[in-house]
Amino acid sequence: MTRFMLGRALHSLVALLALVVLVFFLARLTGDPTNLFLPMDASLAERQAFAERHGFDEPLLVQFWSYLVDLAHLDFGMSLFQARPAIEPVLGAFPVTLRLALVTMVLALTLSVVIGSVAAYGPGGLFDRIASLLSILGASTPDFWIAIVGILFFSVSLGILPTSGTGTGWHWIMPVGVLLLRPLGLLTQVVRAAMIGVLNSAYVKTARAKGASPRRVIFVHGVRNAMLSVITVAGDQAAALINGAVIVETVFGWPGIGNLMINAIKQRDFAVLQASILVTALAIFVMNLLIDIAYSRLDPRIRAG
Amino acid sequence: MATRLRLLRLLRSDAVALAAAACLVVVVLVALFGPMAVGDAAGGINLRNRNAPPFEFTRPWLYWLGSDSLGRSILARIVVAARTTLGIALASVAAALLVGGAVGLVAGLSRGRTGEYILRGVDVIMSFPSLLLALIVLYVLGPAPSNIVIVLGVTRLPVYVRTARAEVLEIRERAFVAAAQVMGAGPVHIALRHVLPLVLPTLLIIGALDFAYVMLAESALSFLGIGVQPPDITWGLMVAEGRAYLTAAWWLAFWPGLAIMMTALAANLLAMWFRIANDPSLRGSLKARVAGNG
Repeated sequence: MTRFMLGRALHSLVALLALVVLVFFLARLTGDPTNLFLPMDASLAERQAFAERHGFDEPLLVQFWSYLVDLAHLDFGMSLFQARPAIEPVLGAFPVTLRLALVTMVLALTLSVVIGSVAAYGPGGLFDRIASLLSILGASTPDFWIAIVGILFFSVSLGILPTSGTGTGWHWIMPVGVLLLRPLGLLTQVVRAAMIGVLNSAYVKTARAKGASPRRVIFVHGVRNAMLSVITVAGDQAAALINGAVIVETVFGWPGIGNLMINAIKQRDFAVLQASILVTALAIFVMNLLIDIAYSRLDPRIRAG
Repeated sequence: MATRLRLLRLLRSDAVALAAAACLVVVVLVALFGPMAVGDAAGGINLRNRNAPPFEFTRPWLYWLGSDSLGRSILARIVVAARTTLGIALASVAAALLVGGAVGLVAGLSRGRTGEYILRGVDVIMSFPSLLLALIVLYVLGPAPSNIVIVLGVTRLPVYVRTARAEVLEIRERAFVAAAQVMGAGPVHIALRHVLPLVLPTLLIIGALDFAYVMLAESALSFLGIGVQPPDITWGLMVAEGRAYLTAAWWLAFWPGLAIMMTALAANLLAMWFRIANDPSLRGSLKARVAGNG
């Protein structure tokens, strides 16, 4: 068990390292921040001084090595634009996105288990077909468009929801609703498919034969076993959720990590970009580890193997 | 041929799938021939008709969906954008399918550690939010349509590599592959003549499912301003441009988004139906429904 977990962790760590290398060099290919940061008429000496101060005049490999050394000391470098350690805006923005993602994921999991289970109980029935159609609709709707249409309807026409910003509970409704769309549709399909498999299995038939009620069959015998495939897919959804968060935070003006990354790329603020990507990747890494643990708890065969 | 006829008959009896197929055919025809039909109305500035709201049927038919602040017809722009939008999505899926399929084939057939390394590399791509990967790469390479195809193709690569590898691992243990080996066939011959034909149908179905996803991803990139750049237009870019006029002219952002949704919905519905129709264990339910309806 421990060996299995260690192996998985090691694999993810290698992936994480590869990502750090990739982002470092890709970001430096995007162009020289000197041109963007200094005024057009800056003298050659000024440019030289700027490049020296931030180490841009060194060869790339030297820059990379000092980046790694700093990283080992938990120093993520200085933000070019904000004149403070790059990790500060990242740590400020991360909880915003994390809260948004957590609320969305909990809602998506709960709703999908309920809807998917009920749909699986009568496959081909009216409820099942409506649920399937709606979940496909969720997967087909462009999130940025539905966000805009939401603003148009709820904010401009009806005037009951705020267009952007954070603060009250009202600010949460539209962002969470938009972000929920895709994971909910996908997870409902997964729960439904897994549940149909479970409900046809011998042990559920036994439980039914012994007189268990439909509710007991679904929520006691079914959900626990259907959860296996749900958890795997939910893990893949974590990375996808960050995609959605970038869009949602842009449209609704949330000061989250997605917004921060977009701005960092636009401003060539390498340190902030690297720090935010590292923190995000770390979060996904931890979540995958948690999923592996949950998985092995639910399925004893993995622990043995 | 017989299977194709049977598929068509099954399709005709499923109203939802039939509607989806019809919708897709219309979209493809519009993308192919539409730009010729609307002429240069998409770029033509016409200040007399500017900010025309939709559903004013006294105007020429091109203005029935409204026009933008320069008096350009929204309908004509949607038609012209259809070609770019569908073209990029199609090219991306094709690129991911070809490269991913080939890499997966190699990973599945190689006996050494190569397969293992390829899989790790694919894991790196998968563990990272694809939109951010695209953002960074497009900032490096510049937002030309060909680069967008590359980026979208790379982010979809893992699916094809993993599927192809998994299928190959199963197929290569079968008797006919061993028989070919015994008869002296080389690895390339076995891969292309004996394994590929069995893997390809699965990859094509995934490609069909992926089409809608890739189209949505391209729209999101264009919406964020790092996808296709003006004067080229895609539906995603039209939504982005219309966002600034949301309170004054809602139709600018609404119609192109609806076009994205309808196309994606039709593609998803048809792909799902196709999967059921091609799965012998599920096809029974489809036929049963046909019998019930009939």
